[in-house]
Amino acid sequence: MTAEIGIIRFPGSNCEWDVARALSALGASTEIIWHGADSVGDVGAVVIPGGFAHGDYLRPGAIARFSPVMRAVADFAEEGGPVLGICNGFQVLTEAGLLPGALTRNVGLRFICRTVECTVESVSSVLTGRGMRGEVLRLPINHYEGNYTCDAATLAGIEAAGQVVLRYRENPNGALHAIAGVANREGNVVGLMPHPERASDPLGVGTDGVVLFESLLVAAEEWQSAGRRSEPAEAAS
Amino acid sequence: MIVRILGQAPTDTELAMYSVMWSEHCSYKSSRVHLARLPTEAPHVLVGPGENAGVIDVGDGIAVAMRIESHNHPSYIEPYQGAATGVGGILRDIFTMGARPIALMDALFFGPPDDARSRYILDGVVRGVAGYGNAVGVPTVGGQITFDSTYRSNPLVNVFCLGVLPISRLVLSSASGVGNLAVLLGSATGRDGIGGVSVLASAGFAEADAAGQSTKRPSIQISDPYEEKRLIEACLELLEAGLVVGIQDLGGAGLSCATSETAAHARLGMDVDVSRVPRREPNMSPVEVMTSESQERMLAIVTPESLAAVQEVCDRWEVAATAIGVVTEPDAAGIGRLRILDGPGGEVVADVPASSLADDAPRYERPLAPPADLVERRADDPSRLPAPSDPGGDLLELLADPAPVYRQYDHQLFLNTVIGPGEGDATVLKLAAPGLPWEGKALAMSVDGNPGWCAVDPRAGTAATVAESTLNVSCAGAIPLALVNCLNLGNPEHPEVMWQLSEAIDGMAQACEALAIPVIGGNVSLYDESGGCDIDPTPVIAVVGLLGRIVRKPPVPGWHPGDSLVVLGPPPGGLAGSRWARSVAGCAGGVLAPVDLVSHRELCRFVRELVAREAEDDDPPRLVRGLHDVADGGLGVALAECARASRTGAEVDGIADHGGLFAELPARVLVATRLPDELSRLAAGAGLGARVIGVAGGARLVVHGLVDLGLDELDTASGGIAAALEVRPLV
Repeated sequence: MTAEIGIIRFPGSNCEWDVARALSALGASTEIIWHGADSVGDVGAVVIPGGFAHGDYLRPGAIARFSPVMRAVADFAEEGGPVLGICNGFQVLTEAGLLPGALTRNVGLRFICRTVECTVESVSSVLTGRGMRGEVLRLPINHYEGNYTCDAATLAGIEAAGQVVLRYRENPNGALHAIAGVANREGNVVGLMPHPERASDPLGVGTDGVVLFESLLVAAEEWQSAGRRSEPAEAAS
Repeated sequence: MIVRILGQAPTDTELAMYSVMWSEHCSYKSSRVHLARLPTEAPHVLVGPGENAGVIDVGDGIAVAMRIESHNHPSYIEPYQGAATGVGGILRDIFTMGARPIALMDALFFGPPDDARSRYILDGVVRGVAGYGNAVGVPTVGGQITFDSTYRSNPLVNVFCLGVLPISRLVLSSASGVGNLAVLLGSATGRDGIGGVSVLASAGFAEADAAGQSTKRPSIQISDPYEEKRLIEACLELLEAGLVVGIQDLGGAGLSCATSETAAHARLGMDVDVSRVPRREPNMSPVEVMTSESQERMLAIVTPESLAAVQEVCDRWEVAATAIGVVTEPDAAGIGRLRILDGPGGEVVADVPASSLADDAPRYERPLAPPADLVERRADDPSRLPAPSDPGGDLLELLADPAPVYRQYDHQLFLNTVIGPGEGDATVLKLAAPGLPWEGKALAMSVDGNPGWCAVDPRAGTAATVAESTLNVSCAGAIPLALVNCLNLGNPEHPEVMWQLSEAIDGMAQACEALAIPVIGGNVSLYDESGGCDIDPTPVIAVVGLLGRIVRKPPVPGWHPGDSLVVLGPPPGGLAGSRWARSVAGCAGGVLAPVDLVSHRELCRFVRELVAREAEDDDPPRLVRGLHDVADGGLGVALAECARASRTGAEVDGIADHGGLFAELPARVLVATRLPDELSRLAAGAGLGARVIGVAGGARLVVHGLVDLGLDELDTASGGIAAALEVRPLV
């Protein structure tokens, strides 16, 4: 079977096509879901892509969390469905309370677009299931607000529980513990600042992002074949 | 003249409309007679100069739209907003044509970074480009940055944009169909930017401006990239669905320009009810509404039957859409009239022939004369200077790494970037866009400008700039297809400036004819002066080329240990106009060595075929391991940049003196190869010079008798821009 991935589009999103292109190249079928939708449908996973949802007005993600589709995304996540937030999507997920912590402005107060090295810190998430602990990935970052922060208790908690899934080898933005990506406790909701879709082409930055998207597709297929949201008859078709 | 057109004295609104439309910025009244000399035609040109953007056919039903425009004066008064609105304006020119903007590039020119105000402008401009371009969702994939004292009180911000479209979606700005509606899309209209084209863009700066006490700040527009992002998506959806018959952006001269140009293009008239224009502020007069340059607005021409569908698309994208006018029959004399009414059936505040605003601006044949001291200037050649005691030290002064600038720009969005900023001589992008899947082709593009060359000789300097841009795209393996340009010059009321303009256009025409590249668009920025002092002439050239098939990354500047280094092309020419002469030795005179355009065309073809052949080969490349054009800073800077890029030194001999190190004739290519004999043989077969100058290896760049520098010294010396921006590595 082929995994179906729903990609959320807010007004101001801009990485939705890129995520679709990279996932399609791996055999997935993708569907763009408008932020005003009240359901995510029967997808195997939801991706909130990068960009500037609602213009990042107030602060990134602050308005997007109120878009109607976020209720459906929260329900989907609650049921255990795989949810991935990339860059602005990560910011949206923290604002929506689906991931711990917050993304503040980069130390140095500048937008940063460059390729950085990240270490896979945990393989128990829908983003890193196919990776290897300690593996180093070269991934592009592209953000002004990627400086991960949270309170001391949360930090200790996510470190202890293995929720830090990616860590920068050289901290580009001042993030606490050089955190580049975190998961929820269950591992089905993940956010990261780097853009895996930008590392999916040998003619571009390279292909180190593929292992992350492959992990997501495996999780999506498992979720879909488990049929938790479909009647058996529908699943058989 | 206006009285003759109208047959009576103009109203306040009419006078204001003529004032902005006949400004230098909108009417090109000083430059038009000269611009006619440029070659503009080729079989693949779909739209040439005069429209919002030039458009070329790149095969398979796909077209590419491109344009470059200056936002120099706004960027001096208010760097962030000036640069940001420059980006916004050029984007609208592209999607007005039905094209999806996929790439921005900037040519930026600032005063020296040791000057505090120049640093402030640099920082603001870069933040403005980043703030707008990143948020609007169009990658900034390349550009050029130059520091020179000529820009101390008049920086240049030239923004280039490229978009792609299915040829079937190509639309022009024409208000056809009597009874069709003029629908204003996007932002409400405010008092920002009133008269920007005339107050700001068509006059120089006085002392108060130079002191930062500008009275012109209210003429700057304020940007909103989120509004523009939604406007792009809504407009492309409207065009894709065939819901509009014509569309025009609102840029300089605002509603006056958009309404008169769309009507004039269709040879029809238009009635506009100015009271229907949504406003940000109360009590705005018709004059203010018609001349405001509030950003992020478009004017769509829509049939009455389509209005509801247009409204539906705009509502979804949260874009305001308001019918403000209707296309009308020409009058009894066959003249389409633009009438501005204040309220339905209300007072007629303006009634003018639409084409008189758009097309009837006066054309000046301004007096031109070469500078009085031309003979003395040409006699003052840097060849008469003593040889430098420390050429290696001089080389260090010429290095500057622009990474701290382009790393603030999203340069990867849309996944098309094959060679991005800082990587190669040209930017290379896959030819693809949302909705247009990649079919294997790629575009190469380069934007270049060189005040040193053009100050010494505006004609040969402009030709050399075209030659450099063309060579850059050739080094990526692309066939050059089209050129757009922005001529940045001083006050056209100075005969010397008009001479520079005329010479620059002749130089561009000569080079374009010899290299068979059509000029498909341009912009002229005049009055680049401050305190009565003109900038050195700065023509900025952008060449776009096509790679028919791309299967691996084209070679970029750099080498591997053991590679032989070969210089293709003629001897280096003289030092006149070089950055060494101008910035290090302080000599701005002399005679510029001209590029031999006939052999340059052969060099471009040779390099292109070399790169294309390597790209088809499955094995690791041996003939071309890396390559870099020689231009700004000469062979010395080219060697240093290659050494830094590959973290490998080189040992070079056969460069006789500092002339060989720093002369800039942009008709040479530095190639790293494993097969120097074969490369020399191939070059000789093409009638081109080839000279082996050294071997790559080690951790030092050594040019016997001239330079001996460690990579760490090259790195440190390249950090000037980072220091100016106070970018520090994190610890």
